[in-house]
Amino acid sequence: MFTKPKTVAGPAIASIQQDTRAAVVMVTPAFLGLLAFIAIPFLLAIFLSTQNLQFGSGLAPTWMGLEQYRRILLDPLFRADFYRALINNATFAVVVVPAQTGLALAIALLLNRRLRGMPVFRTLFFMPVVFPMALVSVIWKLIYAPDDVGMLNTVLKVVTFGHIQPHDFLGDPKTALAAIIVTSIWSGVGFQMVIILAGLQSISATLYEAASIDKASKWQQFLNVTVPGLRNTLVFVVMVTTILSLRLFDQVYIMTRGGPLNATTTVMYQAVTSAFDQGNIGRAAAITVVFFVLVLGVALIQRWFLREEREIV
Amino acid sequence: MSNASIPRHQVMTLSPKVRDRTRIGRLGPSRLRIAVNYLVMVPVTLLFVSPIIYMFIASFKPNNEVLSGFGVFSLQDLSFNNYLSIFSRFSGSDTGTFTGFLTTSLIVSAATVIGGLVVNSMAAYALARLRWPGRNLFLLAVIALVIVPFEAIAVPLFYMLDGLRNTYLVQFLPFIASPFSIYLFYSFFAGLPKSLEEAARVDGAGAWRTFFFIMLPNARPVFATVAILQFMASWSSFLWPVMVIDDPTVRPLPLAISVYVGTPPYGWGNIMAFGVMMVLPMLVMFLIFQRWFIRSVVTSGVKG
Repeated sequence: MFTKPKTVAGPAIASIQQDTRAAVVMVTPAFLGLLAFIAIPFLLAIFLSTQNLQFGSGLAPTWMGLEQYRRILLDPLFRADFYRALINNATFAVVVVPAQTGLALAIALLLNRRLRGMPVFRTLFFMPVVFPMALVSVIWKLIYAPDDVGMLNTVLKVVTFGHIQPHDFLGDPKTALAAIIVTSIWSGVGFQMVIILAGLQSISATLYEAASIDKASKWQQFLNVTVPGLRNTLVFVVMVTTILSLRLFDQVYIMTRGGPLNATTTVMYQAVTSAFDQGNIGRAAAITVVFFVLVLGVALIQRWFLREEREIV
Repeated sequence: MSNASIPRHQVMTLSPKVRDRTRIGRLGPSRLRIAVNYLVMVPVTLLFVSPIIYMFIASFKPNNEVLSGFGVFSLQDLSFNNYLSIFSRFSGSDTGTFTGFLTTSLIVSAATVIGGLVVNSMAAYALARLRWPGRNLFLLAVIALVIVPFEAIAVPLFYMLDGLRNTYLVQFLPFIASPFSIYLFYSFFAGLPKSLEEAARVDGAGAWRTFFFIMLPNARPVFATVAILQFMASWSSFLWPVMVIDDPTVRPLPLAISVYVGTPPYGWGNIMAFGVMMVLPMLVMFLIFQRWFIRSVVTSGVKG
């Protein structure tokens, strides 16, 4: 992952001491920041998850062991919410990862041609990436407006010649998560597209030339040149999108508040509501620890995929 | 990749005649194909950006005409009234002011970006180019921390920083030191040729001098990349402000629009005007520096 640093060869002892002094000063601010705001909170999360800690109650925290985990994972009183959240995150990932990656690949293939004005198209497809997710959620909340005058309802009515009745997309448990999925894909597809486009452009043109001399059809070229050439890019993009799916929060908070009937609640939404609405810091911490374990799992799977690749080549 | 390397070998051995024939077949696309391409691209792109167009048009429409089906696209009754009413609606310390939200977002983003560039580039230089005991250990720690997402530590951080709630400081301080930024800087510095600094070091320049006068002038691209990535993250930051900010006077823009949408009475025309004003600084910067934006995103992908 890291290239080996090229330090000046054989520096004198004096200069090593000077370097050490400079290095300590240079590294200290970053060291303190990483320690205080990542490493310590990370350990604190594990510690807090073993505590019964009611925020704002003024009561001292008491030891609970793994009780918080037992509650969110096993206790019939509490586990339903958490499993609902896990299922929603999983559904979101299972739909968004292939759909968004496929769409990004399709757009990238469309844009990867020599045509006048391609940079303009690329800019337009990338544009939602610079929109804060909070604003994207607000715009789409308006698009999903429930009445017959809402934009999506109007479009559907016109396209189907009036066969589809006005629908409350965010208010119906059956469609709320789907609505959030569409919003998320729209907002994120440009990010993947530019990465895939860069991957496409790094595939040598001679490979395509060679393939076409071999009378490979466009489809065969795609399967045998494009896909292998994009392998690492696609693994990366899929991993990032999967982790983003686990992190899902902003859209849910703004568009549905986890509802209706928990239809759009997510792991992070549960963590935040546990911490705020219920003041239950211990449970919120336990949820984020489980969340981290999931993220770690995804990262390790990606590692494994990339390692296999390295062995082959 | 192995199956692709066979045809390449064949290219070398092909007779010139065969190669020419295939070239002719691949000469530029015909006019018809170009037309078909545009006929696909233009509608697809328009459909894709229609939510953005919708936001802009709605922001100029009276509130009661935004929800009127396609009627919103009629070019009647356009005005800046929605923009003006944002300033009258948000005019006190109980509601916060739009300039207040904007100022908060600007201060927080600027502090995160500038602080982050200084802190992370220095650390990365020391990791990539200097010899000191503990270097490898620190490097390992940085790599390990890259995979800790902010969400995993948000709750304890909120608990730790309770005393700093409702300040500017709490909104940027935790984000200055960034493992991913250090990693991007590190890869860049480690990849620079050894000869670059050798002459200076032989002449007796110390680590600081080498950093400032040899490394920094060569590192503009990576500074731009890190600045853009940090800025985008910071400008859009939402989860953390939800947790630590409830005072409207230090509320950043994304939190402000979410509070706005959650508290009636409001009109969609007004909200879209708020949205336009909120995204405009970012959008203008993006349109001016779009090559850099796209390059930054690609770099973050390639390096990851």
